[in-house]
Amino acid sequence: MAKVHVTTTINGEPMEFLCEPGDTMLDALRGTLNLTGSKEGCASGDCGACSITLDDRLICSCLMLAVESQDHEIRTIEGMANGEKLHPLQQKFLEMAALQCGICTSGMLVASDALLKKNPDPSEEEVRFWLAGNLCRCTGYDKIVRAVMETAQELQNQEMRAQ
Amino acid sequence: MTELRYLAPTSLDEAIGVFAKAGSAARILAGGTDLLVQMRSGVLKPGVIVDIKKIPEMTAIEQTADGGFRIGAAVSGMALHDHAHFGKIWPGVLEAVNLIGSKQVQGRASAGGNLCNGSPAGDSVPAMVAAGAIVTVQGPNGRREIKVEDVPAGPGRINLKPGEILVSFALPPRPPGSSDAYLRMIPRTEMDIAVVGVGVSLTIKDGTVTAARVGLGAVAPTVLLVEDAAKALIGSKLDDAALAKAAAACSAACRPIDDKRGTIAYRTKVAGVLLKRTAAIAAQRATQKN
Repeated sequence: MAKVHVTTTINGEPMEFLCEPGDTMLDALRGTLNLTGSKEGCASGDCGACSITLDDRLICSCLMLAVESQDHEIRTIEGMANGEKLHPLQQKFLEMAALQCGICTSGMLVASDALLKKNPDPSEEEVRFWLAGNLCRCTGYDKIVRAVMETAQELQNQEMRAQ
Repeated sequence: MTELRYLAPTSLDEAIGVFAKAGSAARILAGGTDLLVQMRSGVLKPGVIVDIKKIPEMTAIEQTADGGFRIGAAVSGMALHDHAHFGKIWPGVLEAVNLIGSKQVQGRASAGGNLCNGSPAGDSVPAMVAAGAIVTVQGPNGRREIKVEDVPAGPGRINLKPGEILVSFALPPRPPGSSDAYLRMIPRTEMDIAVVGVGVSLTIKDGTVTAARVGLGAVAPTVLLVEDAAKALIGSKLDDAALAKAAAACSAACRPIDDKRGTIAYRTKVAGVLLKRTAAIAAQRATQKN
């Protein structure tokens, strides 16, 4: 089997790995790279549990080949907290119990972060439409949507205080 | 067991060379949102994957000198969404592209892939047909242009010759008073396959429609250009009689399947209803003062 050598950047760190040409990015992350925060739900792009960003664009890592990450920049849930300090979205998800089993959570967080970077002040409708590609089979979305809205509000307030 | 090879050529000539050489075992990878799912489900077992995203022409969005647009076949829906001008000029094409899958899928999925997947229900296709888009394809025997409505050949099949690759979409310049819209019927509010999809592009001068094109999806083996519907709209002031005639033309063009999403009768009726609604949105956009 001819493995492919891939040089990429993951969560800001230069990274090299070997993969099969047909391996998905999710396979490489969870297997070779031992970054198991991205979850495999459907493996067909429907559930969003494997959400990552590729050059700051939200994508499903199950719908991308690992070899495609060559010379690109990947960010995963593992790169979200700042060392021991949780990202404000992670903190708010905890406080507001915006999770039950947790399988969808890392994808929800990565997707929510991508939304707030693009649109720091989303309406509830915008949050709901943005997260339509992230399926949760336990909480019923309300707590998740509220946690995203509250984080957005808090970050906006912090921004105003800083000015 | 055949071994899969991944190739990412940086020029179109190189891509055509390797794609043609690999023959029927080769598959083009643009966004991969259809290809990877088909590979995983075992429907497809390609021997060679040709990733076209390293070819600059495939990922470029260009406004041409005449005011038209050229969109590379591998441009993602989200890249098109983020373009500064495209959505102002072709809001209908943009809304159709941005109905494909989730935000995650839109981060990768391309209009080129949507067309080449050959689904009768592909959302971007009726909007591109309404827009009068021309696609450039290139193969071992050179480059040629085809109307977008002539690309689909049937469910999962397209009219490209062996070794040919879809390169880009050319959208024509728009006279003042022009706009477009796309609407689809789905059983849910988000993320589903169209039961009917309608794209309408209009030019309106002094309240009268001077040009119109109608694309219709999910109601026949291929996406359709409905010329009779456009004829009914052209010359009218979009009065009830003209809209009724255009709606009837859309319903008459339907040759749908009967499935759990919609019966033949339902799809046929909805095609007409959606034509009226889509035309109203396109007209409102075309006549609004900026």
